[in-house]
Amino acid sequence: MKNRLKVLRAERDWTQARLAAELDVSRQTVNAIEKGKFDPSLPLAFKAARLFGMAIEDIFQDE
Amino acid sequence: MNTSKTDTGGWQARQRKNTVRLRYWTSAWVLSLAFAAFGPKLLWDFNTGLTILGVVINLAVGFGMIVANKQYVQGLDEMHRKIFLDAGALSLGIGLVCGLGYELLEDIKLIAFQPEISHLIILMCLTFLAGLIMGHRKYQ
Repeated sequence: MKNRLKVLRAERDWTQARLAAELDVSRQTVNAIEKGKFDPSLPLAFKAARLFGMAIEDIFQDE
Repeated sequence: MNTSKTDTGGWQARQRKNTVRLRYWTSAWVLSLAFAAFGPKLLWDFNTGLTILGVVINLAVGFGMIVANKQYVQGLDEMHRKIFLDAGALSLGIGLVCGLGYELLEDIKLIAFQPEISHLIILMCLTFLAGLIMGHRKYQ
């Protein structure tokens, strides 16, 4: 699954650690999601969508 | 912009606390196991009451360790929980298959010595550790 987390994070000038703190996960998890190595659960995807004020499908796209 | 949370906030603090708690309970369990195993011979000359007390303490502390481990796993984020679960599944599978195979070797006289449960525990621990390392490398 592709996602725009890295772009959205960069637009806000956030570090991975900052995004991890906002999502209440580890920095390693944010890194794995950004690289497309780990697909987040639906609750975590919703959390990210709420955080960035966007719809889930605007952040995560099925490949 | 960077005002609401710090890098050392929620998840990390919770994880640190759970890790310390698990370390405390695991250490206590190992000590209670040593107490129950060596106490009868070295400390109280196989007094039945004290021996039973040692076993009961070991079991009680063991249950405390299980609860601490459960809290530790529940405190993990979803990726680390998946890594932990995958490593646990690998360890359990290898432990079951190799443990029964090991026992069978003695039953069918392919080995001359009695299989030791400690060998199986060591194998499962090493497998679990390998599973954790592989999981972390996979998502790196």
